[in-house]
Amino acid sequence: MIDKTQLWTVIVLLGIGSFALRFAFLGLIGNRAMPEWLLRHLRYTAVAILPAIVAPLVAWPAALEGQTDPARLAAACVTLAVGYATRNVILSIVLGAGTLYLGLYLAG
Amino acid sequence: MHDTTRSAYWQGARDGAPFIFVVSPFAMLFGVVSAEAGLNVFEALAFSVVVIAGAAQFTALQLLQDNAPTFVALASALAVNLRMAMYSAALTPHLGAAPFWQRGLIAYFLVDQTYACSVMAYERNKGWGLAQKTAYFFGTMTPVCPMWYVMTLVGAWAGTAIPPDYALDFAVPITFIALTAPMLRTAAHRAAALVSVVMALGFAWLPFNLGLMVAGLAGMITGAQIELRLRARGTWVDP
Repeated sequence: MIDKTQLWTVIVLLGIGSFALRFAFLGLIGNRAMPEWLLRHLRYTAVAILPAIVAPLVAWPAALEGQTDPARLAAACVTLAVGYATRNVILSIVLGAGTLYLGLYLAG
Repeated sequence: MHDTTRSAYWQGARDGAPFIFVVSPFAMLFGVVSAEAGLNVFEALAFSVVVIAGAAQFTALQLLQDNAPTFVALASALAVNLRMAMYSAALTPHLGAAPFWQRGLIAYFLVDQTYACSVMAYERNKGWGLAQKTAYFFGTMTPVCPMWYVMTLVGAWAGTAIPPDYALDFAVPITFIALTAPMLRTAAHRAAALVSVVMALGFAWLPFNLGLMVAGLAGMITGAQIELRLRARGTWVDP
């Protein structure tokens, strides 16, 4: 169970932080250019952070006390392949979830 | 409202409308996952209203469930949101002259969909003035953002009714993979993601989920370095 104080701390601070990121240039900095090296690193934040969150969840799912699960591995692979090939987020979620349930069903 | 301003607003609303089909299931999923994590309906809604950023909300919620320290949950979710600063920078030449309170509202509603629509529309309509550009932005927001709140609410209500054998623990991984896969357009992006996966698994033993920070930084540096090499060789293509 998530601690309520921690939950509200995160909601409020994340809200303030996200607003600050959105407001940074529009509201405060104006038209000054950002250094190129910084922009170059920022371009890769999403593709660096999201896979790092996902990888352990795929390899060692908490719902199975960290036991690697073929159904979850297959679902992850299908989602990745469909998303990469079609760029269609919803379609890859649907086919990934379908693979997961099929796998769980086959595993009994 | 001036006539051309009004038509810019409605054009924005029309351009934003198709995103209802992207935002709604995503928001509903957030509501369901929050309910599974033990959040009540009010907490789930507050999350969506205060933060209004899907991937960051999922990140924070996942890490809170993993008993990560507050600092790690915040830093990771903010890292996911760093792209918003780039959106802000990209819109500044167009909207930077708007009154302060309007810029505040624009910043709050600055999400993937409103940004993408606006940047393309400003590119197409070079004759637009500040009034039209601002009206268009608020037009794109109108169908997208309220739907984010409403469907979070619906998901949070429905979530309590879904039994645990539906493997909802895997909703976040599947969603994140689906969001990331289309971004892997260049060798630099693919290398960044690969290094991040390997490092996240290799450093999973670090306390306080610090493995995530290590992997994220390593991925970003990898992407930036590969991009530099490709540029030097003249084979870089903008994604």
